[in-house]
Amino acid sequence: MKPRQKRAVYIVVAVIAVGLAVGLVLNALKDNVSLYFTPTDVHEKKAPQDRSFRIGGLVQEGSIKREGDGLTVHFMITDLHQSLPVIYKGILPDLFKEGKGVVAQGKMEADGLMHASEVLAKHDENYMPPEAADALKKAQTANAAAASAVPPVVK
Amino acid sequence: MAINWFKYSAPTTFYPLAGKLIPWFAVSAAILFAAGLYIGFVVAPADATQGEFYRIIFIHVPASIISMFLYLVMAGYAALGLIFNTRLSSMMASAVAPTGALFAFISLWTGALWGKPMWGAWWVWDARMTSELILLFLYLGFIALHASIEDPRRADRAAALLAIVGSVNVPIIYFSVKWWNTLHQGSTIKYSGTSMHIAMQQAMFIMMAACWLYAIAITLMRVRSIILERERNSKWVAQLIEVKS
Amino acid sequence: MSLDIWMRENPLTYVWIGSYAVAFLVFAIEIFMVIHKRKITLDQLRMMREADESKEE
Repeated sequence: MKPRQKRAVYIVVAVIAVGLAVGLVLNALKDNVSLYFTPTDVHEKKAPQDRSFRIGGLVQEGSIKREGDGLTVHFMITDLHQSLPVIYKGILPDLFKEGKGVVAQGKMEADGLMHASEVLAKHDENYMPPEAADALKKAQTANAAAASAVPPVVK
Repeated sequence: MAINWFKYSAPTTFYPLAGKLIPWFAVSAAILFAAGLYIGFVVAPADATQGEFYRIIFIHVPASIISMFLYLVMAGYAALGLIFNTRLSSMMASAVAPTGALFAFISLWTGALWGKPMWGAWWVWDARMTSELILLFLYLGFIALHASIEDPRRADRAAALLAIVGSVNVPIIYFSVKWWNTLHQGSTIKYSGTSMHIAMQQAMFIMMAACWLYAIAITLMRVRSIILERERNSKWVAQLIEVKS
Repeated sequence: MSLDIWMRENPLTYVWIGSYAVAFLVFAIEIFMVIHKRKITLDQLRMMREADESKEE
């Protein structure tokens, strides 16, 4: 083998070795690398019990309730499988809406609620003008209506 | 295959070639920046959920993609220099590094400015942002390591190793939003198409092309100075018109 | 807090000054530094050349 081929082989081997090592470390740290737990994780007791952690999911439709002081908010975070009640006192980001993504940091208290100290909104990767968003919503509701109007064929 | 590629990898031929190419790249970059900004701010509509703030995307996404890609270019040149001992490859690697670092910085900066109004936080330690920050440090590490070693050939070799090993980070940045739960949203540009309105898409791709041309122009400008500095004792440099006058 | 309110009232100004002006300022500094570097390098080469010529004479 020529020296230059030898050097090429060394480099390829080094990159593969480092890649594997980093991959293994990241895999071992999987739960720490992830920014948040899902409500299902909390239900399965994978989330920490006695310290603060982040939980992420969607704000459940119809679950936002504001208290009289205008600052305290109750809502449910859901991953469409499990959901978790959250209480938060403070100003919410603009994108905090029912059915939209959210990440909340806080601690589970004895009352079964997560007392959040920080609420972040998570937006999706779709970008469209308001008219297109309206049209999409209308199409979806029309589809849903059509689907429910048609009686099930299989009995 | 009559073209002798090694001819263009010689600093003697590359130096004047780069000099001729720079104005073309620079002028087309300026035109595309103007066109991209016009489409991005005048033609493209506001976003349904994010309003005007989403317009940061036209600089944020190109800067992020280019910062990752330039790293691979830098590592590729560094590897070529290490394997073939070609002078020009190592010079190109050192010329790319500062531009890559600046694009990584722009990506992080604009990301923070986008995150504050939309998410509610300037910075969150999620996998996407942390790995992009590591990318910036890898660039800075490459530059610092190269500068700290007196002998340029040894500096090339040491910095090349750092660049090559660090390239493992690039796929991590790219796939971080898939592999882990992150606050950062998923990719808008996918193999299956782009989940974006057409004018927004055009503005983003034009800005991306503009940033690319800018990156090429500035790298070529920088590499010309590096070539002159490193070859200062050779005859062809002493005979250049710009040195004679 | 006041910044939070200001950015929501002037989103386009915020986007321009915060992101685009900063990005183009970074580009401008980079261009200036590269041009400056070329000037210094050429000056050094000319000095070396003059020194060589005076030695030969």
